[in-house]
Amino acid sequence: MTSSTAATSARWRVKQPSIIPGFGLTLGFSLAYLSLIILIPIAGLLWRTAELGWSGFFAILSDQRTIRALTVSFGTAFAAALINVVFGTLLAWVLTRYRFPGRRLIDAMVDLPFALPTAVAGIAFASLYAPNGWIGSLFMPFRIAFTPYGIVIALIFIGLPFVVRTVQPIMEEIDREVEEAAATLGANRFQTIFQVLLPGLAPAILTGFALAFARGVGEYGSVIFIAGNIPYVSEIAPLLIVIRLEEFNYAGATAIATIMLLISFAMLLVINLIQAWSRRRYGYV
Amino acid sequence: MEVSINNIRKEFDRFAALNDVSLKIASGELIALLGPSGSGKTTLLRLIAGLDFPTAGQIFFGAEDASHHSVQDRNVGFVFQHYALFRHMTVAENIGFGLKVRPSASRPSKTEIRKRVSDLLDMVQLSGLEKRYPNQLSGGQRQRVALARAMAIEPRILLLDEPFGALDAKVRKELRRWLREFHDRTGHTTVFVTHDQEEALELADRVVVMSQGKIEQVGSADDVYDRPGSPFVFSFIGESSHLPVEVKDGTVLFQGEPIGVSGEANSSGDLYFRPEDVELTQERDALFGKVTASRRLAGTRIAEIDISNPGGSNNHEPFHVEIEVPLHAPIELGSEARFRPTRWKIFGR
Amino acid sequence: MSKSTRITRFRSPADESLTTKLVLVGVSLVFLGFFLFLPLVSVFVEAFRDGWGAYEEALVEPDAWAAIGLTLTVAAIAVPLNLVFGLAAAWAIAKFEFKGKAFLITLIDLPFSISPVISGLVYVLLFGSASVLGPWLKSYGIEILFAVPGIVLATVFVTFPFIARELIPLMQDQGTGDEEAALSLGATGWQTFWYVTLPNIKWGLLYGVLLCNARAMGEFGAVSVVSGRIRGLTNTMPLHVEILYNEYNMVAAFAVASLLALLALVTLALKTLLELRFGAGSAGGRH
Repeated sequence: MTSSTAATSARWRVKQPSIIPGFGLTLGFSLAYLSLIILIPIAGLLWRTAELGWSGFFAILSDQRTIRALTVSFGTAFAAALINVVFGTLLAWVLTRYRFPGRRLIDAMVDLPFALPTAVAGIAFASLYAPNGWIGSLFMPFRIAFTPYGIVIALIFIGLPFVVRTVQPIMEEIDREVEEAAATLGANRFQTIFQVLLPGLAPAILTGFALAFARGVGEYGSVIFIAGNIPYVSEIAPLLIVIRLEEFNYAGATAIATIMLLISFAMLLVINLIQAWSRRRYGYV
Repeated sequence: MEVSINNIRKEFDRFAALNDVSLKIASGELIALLGPSGSGKTTLLRLIAGLDFPTAGQIFFGAEDASHHSVQDRNVGFVFQHYALFRHMTVAENIGFGLKVRPSASRPSKTEIRKRVSDLLDMVQLSGLEKRYPNQLSGGQRQRVALARAMAIEPRILLLDEPFGALDAKVRKELRRWLREFHDRTGHTTVFVTHDQEEALELADRVVVMSQGKIEQVGSADDVYDRPGSPFVFSFIGESSHLPVEVKDGTVLFQGEPIGVSGEANSSGDLYFRPEDVELTQERDALFGKVTASRRLAGTRIAEIDISNPGGSNNHEPFHVEIEVPLHAPIELGSEARFRPTRWKIFGR
Repeated sequence: MSKSTRITRFRSPADESLTTKLVLVGVSLVFLGFFLFLPLVSVFVEAFRDGWGAYEEALVEPDAWAAIGLTLTVAAIAVPLNLVFGLAAAWAIAKFEFKGKAFLITLIDLPFSISPVISGLVYVLLFGSASVLGPWLKSYGIEILFAVPGIVLATVFVTFPFIARELIPLMQDQGTGDEEAALSLGATGWQTFWYVTLPNIKWGLLYGVLLCNARAMGEFGAVSVVSGRIRGLTNTMPLHVEILYNEYNMVAAFAVASLLALLALVTLALKTLLELRFGAGSAGGRH
């Protein structure tokens, strides 16, 4: 395997020369596995969509129920990501700056949404925020569960660690000297935080927001239990895909999936652009 | 602005970083706080700025007791060791920050701020770079931006923490000269911290030598170099050797033998002298020993002499001293050298 | 310099007052209470609502056993597959410089940004009755969709990046010096990997496996699309939770859910332990 790799690289210069063996084997296996598991299935989805043609594609997307479902998914994900930016940044601040009993426990618990299966979170939230649940009953007659607000609640849970874990390491790197410099220049603590520290964290906060938003848009398991799933009101796009599939309406499912996929890719691109821009301009992400 | 520091003590978790330190800084003076790490020099600078507060003692700005004023109210310009520039702000925004955050009553208008920023950029010779981000500047440029930012608030006193510490040797020398000119032009009372004696001696009007939380000596470059007030200063600044001696009847004895040096009062102590303050001699009363090494140091030649006194029967402790020898008459390794200090100081034990 | 600006307590200018701190910590705790702690606690409270007997009964039921068995089987296949991939991909990416590397990393990250429902859907389209592949495989008696292979595939898809993502930055940080030294001392490629590289990355690897396993056992959206939810056959634990919940069998639903929650807690505890002891992994990252 090594000899063939060396020969290839000499001719094509795809790879810098190295004495370490295994490039051909590991890259070959990775690419094959990636193609089989991820790329070919996704290509299949796009192929099916292409078969619909533009008119077929747009006909499905301009269906009111589709539009409503996409609006609900994107709207609730946006709202939840926004709330997470505020509380996630606050939480990152509290965890990096303050020392209080239970801090380590809380720090570890922030990752719970990564580890807790979404269906478990889903039924827990549904029962807690239901009109007769522990929290839901506190807010009656304002209903949280089985409305779009319920969806936002579930998505706040899902997206929280994305913001905290993106902002926290950058916050830890803040040099105390920067805050002291602002103080010597006459800035009070409020001005230091809002004009010096937070703007410096903007790229990280923005990245965290984008990650939480992207995850929220596609979220399914934690949402469907609390959402109520009322068409045109609290039906999310991933659920509509499932419904279309159960109706054997593959075209419908495919079109919605494709538009969501394209938006996800766009989000991914935006995240990378934010980071590249920040790195170029400020020298950090 | 005249600054007086009166009997300052600063403890960190019971450890005294500064112990009963007093210092008067005259208006317009350029002062260096010089000492090894852990000597308390940066702590003193931070106390003057109001970034830390003393455990005991007062700091006066002019006639005003500033000890309990917050850093914001003290109006000091502080240049941090690593500059602490705001990375997400342009050069112009960095410099204008101190003006922008003033309460609306005393805040200059936007055009005024812009004018001031451009004047300051002129002053630090960085015109044309106002749109750059700190990340896009060299170390020396960042340093000057930090200085301009500190000057923008028209500080009563300018404080610099290891201002050249993060720069490479060549830039460091250039900036050193530049800072001296800058100070002479603006006339600000300036205090800077350094562990580099060359920097302190070249740049400062007066040098404050510190060690272990105390001021050892305050004086001009000539004072601290030529008339060191303590063994610490003698050995910390410049090169020196020291030997245990006794003084008897006005004569200094090393291992019981006169060395051709006179002293006052009967006592024992350490004799300190610099390599350049010796003369080679043939006389009997002198220090002597084997030349164990010789090395060229810029425009001089330094010989290392082992004066363990092979004749002395009861002493095996080796004593090595360094002396300057003629550049063009190299001294032979292994040969015997006889010499006497021409300038020295004895510190009692 | 008015009197009011005198500070009475000596507070560092880079610090907030005690009151501010207490308020901020308080707000954080209330927020976490509503969004993390209460949901977690409620799982166990609901599960034991009717006492230990009802809880036990819900778990010893054959369908529940089948779901637990299937979940373990799926994880036991999906995790090793992604482990091998993670090692291979990290080796290629971290130890060599080649064109298109950044793009390859982006592709590996792809499943993170895809809705789990879509991850399931792509396999339905590939192996479903309306596809070319599905009926052809069926003619040989191979069932993918609504069967275990489909569930495994969907799980592999969603957990695909976890281990690779953990190993790539770790191995990039470590560079190639150790491997080059081993090779120069006469070790073969495999010996180098086994005796030099693997010991260097074992904690990071364990960390990745842990996260991958938690997600594999807990995956819901993707699996629900491909499984067909046949009780006792293609029902994983999360799907079983859903069925029980929709049947208003709350105690049983939460009982099974409590096992999954326990798995999450164990994962978090081990993860924290790894971070504390060995500094493995970043502070988190994207999962």
